[in-house]
Amino acid sequence: MIRVVLPFHLRKLAGVDGEVQLEVNGPVTIAGVLDALEARFPVLRGAVRDHVTLKRRPFIRFFACKEDYSLEPPETKLPEQIVNGTEPFLIIGAMAGG
Amino acid sequence: MSKVRVLVGTKKGAFILTADGKRDKWDVAGPHFAGWEMYHLKGSPADPNRIYASQSSGWFGQIIQRSDDGGKTWNPPGSKPEELQGEGGMPKGESNKFVYEGEVGTHKWYDGTQHPWEFKRIWHLEPSLKDPNTVYAGAEDAAIFKSTDGGKTWHELSGLRKAKGNLWQPGAGGMAVHTIILDHKNPNRIFVAISAGGAFRTDDGGKTWKPVNKGLKSQFELPDPDAEVGHCVHRIAAHPSRPDVLFMQKHWDVMRSDNAGDSWSEVSGNLPTDFGFPIDVHAHEPETIYVVPIKSDSEHYPLDGKLRVYRSKTGGNDWEAMTKGLPQKDCYVNVLRDAMAVDSLQPCGIYFGTTGGQVYASADSGDSWNPIVRDLPAVLSVEVQTLP
Repeated sequence: MIRVVLPFHLRKLAGVDGEVQLEVNGPVTIAGVLDALEARFPVLRGAVRDHVTLKRRPFIRFFACKEDYSLEPPETKLPEQIVNGTEPFLIIGAMAGG
Repeated sequence: MSKVRVLVGTKKGAFILTADGKRDKWDVAGPHFAGWEMYHLKGSPADPNRIYASQSSGWFGQIIQRSDDGGKTWNPPGSKPEELQGEGGMPKGESNKFVYEGEVGTHKWYDGTQHPWEFKRIWHLEPSLKDPNTVYAGAEDAAIFKSTDGGKTWHELSGLRKAKGNLWQPGAGGMAVHTIILDHKNPNRIFVAISAGGAFRTDDGGKTWKPVNKGLKSQFELPDPDAEVGHCVHRIAAHPSRPDVLFMQKHWDVMRSDNAGDSWSEVSGNLPTDFGFPIDVHAHEPETIYVVPIKSDSEHYPLDGKLRVYRSKTGGNDWEAMTKGLPQKDCYVNVLRDAMAVDSLQPCGIYFGTTGGQVYASADSGDSWNPIVRDLPAVLSVEVQTLP
């Protein structure tokens, strides 16, 4: 299972506490994790990436194993620790504004 | 006894204020959607328990929320488990999917070049007068969307952007459809207003639109005195019994039209300044109107630090200052365009919210005022429901 940590407002929107655990079919990529997240919580569609272009929203960041994956292409494979669930995939609201 | 429910959208959540018909003791519920910008909440005239809300954030984008129990509980429309699986088991979750129809096109940018339309948020929600499942949404970048399934899905009425949309240009506050007025007598007629775009009208239910800005003068913003679009309309209001009579607070100037926007004339009269944002009409006196004069486009606060609502009982030109109960020194708040509303009790109640977080109410048509709450986040919108 893939572990995903959502920011506070998206946890509230999805109605979950703590981490989310997802089954990802196929290669564990950024897009694969987001597909699985949106399939499980359709209310999050459009809140992490654009409905149509599937581009990451500007103030959303992705982290895995302390590395910033925000600017990596969606098909980027995530590290083994994410695949085997020892580390969570982090979706974070970027620091922006005051 | 009748009740009133005041729906308040703020920069950091929504609040629902309720009172009985005397309107002297208020219950404050909230924050709902704490931490989110709540641009607008509005109840369905056909079913007051149905309330639509626009929730947005710079981080997470647009969410539409709906309550079917008068604001006690909320859900994004279409979020029941059985509604979330589309064809082939694919997830739906489309209540926040606002996609411009057809070729996106461009509008004028700040530097005069052309810039593609980009959806940012919903500023205003206008439920149908008859059908609780039909609702219109005014968007930034400026466009109008319609839902006929209670907000589950939306489609653009793209004819609006064909009304010279390539010439619209965002102002300092963005370029949004912030005003939607549904004609109470003619179901095919809708008015909208766009800052730095102008006023527009459809007579065929939203298929085609035309600018209705004749008579508006914006000499410092628009060098062309006869410019058909581009006027910075801040707000339009109409009385339900006389939908052809429109009152407008423009960037500068208070205007009126007696022919559904075909032509406008200035009624600023003796106002101390005619810059401002909201304008509204008394529920029982169609010629009684209210504005909140603001010092200038550079200084968005009341003149001389005195918060004054101005009332005209003659449809404009002759204005009187309403000051009783409002701060008359050191007040430097603003009142935004969607932050004034009226109830339909006797006497008519007038409400407005400030960027300082106060919501003021008058239960006597504006003669005197009291704060319902004083310390909310900056108020973006105020709507009122009069309940049996």
